[in-house]
Amino acid sequence: MTSNSATLLSRCLTGLQTLGLLMLLSGSVLAVEDIVSFSDESLRPRYQQLLEELRCPKCQNQNLADSNSPISQDLRSEVHRLLEEGASNPEIKAYLKSRYSEFILYKPEVNRATWFLWSSPVVLLLIGLLIAVYMARRDTRSAAQASAAAGQSAGDRQRLAALLRNEQVDNEQPNNELSDYVGDVQSESQKKDREQ
Amino acid sequence: MSRLTLFIPLILCVALGGFLYSSLGKDPQELPSALIGEPFPEFALEELSDPQRQVTQADFAGQVVLVNVWATWCFACRIEHTWLNDLAENGVKIIGLNYKDDRAMAQEWLDQRGNPYQFSIFDSRGILGIDLGVYGAPETYLVDAEGIIRHRRVGVVDDRVWDNEFRDLYQKLMDTTHDQ
Repeated sequence: MTSNSATLLSRCLTGLQTLGLLMLLSGSVLAVEDIVSFSDESLRPRYQQLLEELRCPKCQNQNLADSNSPISQDLRSEVHRLLEEGASNPEIKAYLKSRYSEFILYKPEVNRATWFLWSSPVVLLLIGLLIAVYMARRDTRSAAQASAAAGQSAGDRQRLAALLRNEQVDNEQPNNELSDYVGDVQSESQKKDREQ
Repeated sequence: MSRLTLFIPLILCVALGGFLYSSLGKDPQELPSALIGEPFPEFALEELSDPQRQVTQADFAGQVVLVNVWATWCFACRIEHTWLNDLAENGVKIIGLNYKDDRAMAQEWLDQRGNPYQFSIFDSRGILGIDLGVYGAPETYLVDAEGIIRHRRVGVVDDRVWDNEFRDLYQKLMDTTHDQ
């Protein structure tokens, strides 16, 4: 029994290890690798960076590096050509933007359509801070009121104690209204029982 | 006052709901075109049926034309093709842009299905395609007599699309061109 569960456990662990390994590998497997050669190897990191910052126009949620659609292949070779021609990164982005619109930039520029998007993190942070400050101030205010209440005069405290005592005395007496009501309900249900 | 603040979550929810609702009918595949109001890109490519003949944007200058991106590998182009034949019969000038295709197959296609095009630009490597921002076929561009792109449709043009997006604009462009 124990050895059985031990083998099962070790099997599970081996399975998990394999799964983990597969997950690690899948990242590199999914990325599309073209065989590209550069006249100057220093262009390669820029090429990679551009492919990651440019979006495939056909496939919405993939960048040019990830997508294997024909249009992405074309655009990759276009980026390669422009790099070899000595274009700068902003020039390449402007070139593609003039043809495929702002959509192709995964990091959109700040303009009339995107200012809201760009400012929203700051705005939300400010709103959060305002709420936090408001709540903190409300807490300190109620704490101050509580300590003021605790510091009431001895006379107040005696009166409070007397009030509490009276209430306890009241509670010990049977509540007439309540017992009347309970009695009504009981007789009602007894009447119903008889009718049935 | 404090009672009014209780309505803030409701107002936020309604605002969010309204925003999401307004986005429902939109096609996320449809990209804004960077080229509306811009001149048709310059190009110099072979004509589909005659490799010796080079065609440029000057070949349709001064006319209101549709430029239709098509290919034999494009399934939706089959559906669109008969409709384009009808449109050409009605006197609309259509220029074909044969996009990343095989010349022989493209010619066979036109022989079999009819040729609605004044001529077809043979863009086997998609060079003009990239300049136009083409990301799939079919696509259709409306170019005015000045060579300015006035409208772009990604996807099939049919009666509905023509009526909704092209007809009025095309008529207006034709009228102004005749006036001159």
